[in-house]
Amino acid sequence: MAERFDAIVVGAGPAGSAAALALAREKFSTLLVERGRHAGVKNMFGGRIYAWPLFDLLPEWEKDCPVERFVSSEHMVFLSGDASLGIEFESPRLASGKAASFTALRPKFDEWLAKKAETAGATVVTGIKVDDVVRDGSRFHGVVAGSDRIEADLVVLAEGAMGQLTQRAGLLPDLTPASVSVGVKETIEVPAPVLQERFGLGDRDGASYVFAGDVSGGARGGGFLYTNKTSLSIGLVVSSEDVARKKLEVPALMQRFRMHPSVQRLIKGGKVLEYSAHLVPEFGLGMKARYVGDGILVAGDAAGFLINNGYTFRGVDLAIASGIAAARAAVDARKSGDFTARGLSSYERYLRELNVLTDLETFRAAPSYLKNERLFTLYPKLLAEIAERVYTVDGTAKQKLSEVIFDEAKEKAPLLRLLRDLIEGARSM
Amino acid sequence: MGPRPLRIIVCIKQVPKAQELQVDPKTQTLKRVGVPSEINPPDANALELALQIKDRRAAEVIVISMGPTVFDESLERGVGMGADRAVLLTDRILGGSDTVPTAYALSETIKKIGDFDMILCGEETTDASTGHVGPGIAGHLDIPQITYISEIQIEDDSVRARRTAEDGTEWWETTMPCVLTVNFGCTKPREPTLLGKIRVKRAGVIVHWSCADVGIDPNKVGLKNSPTIVAKVDTVHLPPRARKVFHGDAKDAVAKLLDALLEDGVIAL
Repeated sequence: MAERFDAIVVGAGPAGSAAALALAREKFSTLLVERGRHAGVKNMFGGRIYAWPLFDLLPEWEKDCPVERFVSSEHMVFLSGDASLGIEFESPRLASGKAASFTALRPKFDEWLAKKAETAGATVVTGIKVDDVVRDGSRFHGVVAGSDRIEADLVVLAEGAMGQLTQRAGLLPDLTPASVSVGVKETIEVPAPVLQERFGLGDRDGASYVFAGDVSGGARGGGFLYTNKTSLSIGLVVSSEDVARKKLEVPALMQRFRMHPSVQRLIKGGKVLEYSAHLVPEFGLGMKARYVGDGILVAGDAAGFLINNGYTFRGVDLAIASGIAAARAAVDARKSGDFTARGLSSYERYLRELNVLTDLETFRAAPSYLKNERLFTLYPKLLAEIAERVYTVDGTAKQKLSEVIFDEAKEKAPLLRLLRDLIEGARSM
Repeated sequence: MGPRPLRIIVCIKQVPKAQELQVDPKTQTLKRVGVPSEINPPDANALELALQIKDRRAAEVIVISMGPTVFDESLERGVGMGADRAVLLTDRILGGSDTVPTAYALSETIKKIGDFDMILCGEETTDASTGHVGPGIAGHLDIPQITYISEIQIEDDSVRARRTAEDGTEWWETTMPCVLTVNFGCTKPREPTLLGKIRVKRAGVIVHWSCADVGIDPNKVGLKNSPTIVAKVDTVHLPPRARKVFHGDAKDAVAKLLDALLEDGVIAL
């Protein structure tokens, strides 16, 4: 039986479901194909979603979106040995309006968004792996799954970080250890009253922690912790290059991280419900990924739309925004009757209008800056030692803060290099 | 012109996954809510057998079931695997029906679909293991049946089927329409396909019928018209193993083992 759709979207994560929803609304007959048994079951992320693109896609999203908690307090913690230095920012304004962000569990959130796409008229099929894209020369016009082949004017690849189809389509070079990090996460059950008291939160409020410094045993990487309704999402994102080079065991790094006194205090008494791991694309704009081809668009992680600038981790919002942009480009292509790369070229303009590309460009240097090993070894140690000296009163003669800093820096880091790292950091982040 | 399309109706039931079986300590019946479910495995074998016929010749495969609307999950899987359409007989008054009303209600549903050539059922369900329903349907429809089959050959209006007997297999032959109950494990059920799953989403492919839609007599179904009473559910404890070791050189040990097996009646000369 011949089946045909105007558009086929591969992957029912945030990018794919947003694209399918927006396409269906624009009266494209749309097929959304997901490999997992249900949308979201195979997906993993740290735990927080910046809400802004939802206002565009689903103005009434707050009515039924499976929000765990709205983040109202942000923490940045530098770890060093068994010491830590933290910065906290709390504001109710963080938890409302267009700047709101919330914690979520992906099986619930992704299922919700895929349902919205289905309600809008998309045909949503789960439990099917797309094996290949159909191409005729450079023109893509469908997908293959098993012995079934389905045609479409437009294929949107939103298949996630591994990007196998995107690679097959020649739109993404082979991933290298340098272009991906490995993310690991534990979901730890903590009863709501305990959790709220421990983090000083109201019923709907949540906290976000970013851990920097000596987090992952000398490998470059960072840690995170988010509060859900009755659980914590805690994990690490570690350079896969370093893991391989230094022969580190990721589960051991995770164990070390969770045993740090400042981390242990936050998770104590909790029961591990789930352990998961996933690739995190870190190539950003650095790799020659293309996201427009003849009859094809790439959205979300597969296109490298992810920002890790050291203090915010963003992926889901960029994914949703890129899905919206893909649908807008499809409308233009239909108007001109041209689904080649030329007809779809407005995708880039919409990605820019929605600040996906602009933000990626702003933080373009962050991934390479964050590769500076001194950030993960030397400087956190320096910070901790400065703090220790400043706060230690034991009867010995005290120095002024400026003297302590100068003294510590002189000993451990050539001042010029420290200054250069500081300036570069400010520039790239 | 090839032979006319056969209409094959496959009766399936949704059962708790074998690994997930739990007995409610209060009611002494199986827990069916909130446990992972699947198509009763022998029914899946029957469906696969029907689809294999469809692979070879013109045929329409219709999956039917009776139960709550969560059974849609299994009907969707059936259509995803390649069945043309599915009917769920679903009605509150069917609640609590045992195999007697079930066979009656399914046979009425089959009559309503009409023009059938072959009805396939699994040999029994993995949750109740009665094996009543297939033969019951044949009785209500007053058509021939072959039970415990693992292979089907069709020639004109006749069906030959390999039947598993106690001590071997038999080939039986009958005319269509007929009921065949299918051995557990005789086929490897295929996975749903993309095209199949797209068809699931099309309107009218999976329909729900009530007892009134079918013309089922409410006085013949439901708990109070079901003669089965579940008195007690027991766990079967297997007798302990004898753990006998036969010593001596290999020849002597084997001879002793054979003697012991003969004595216990495990083997016979």
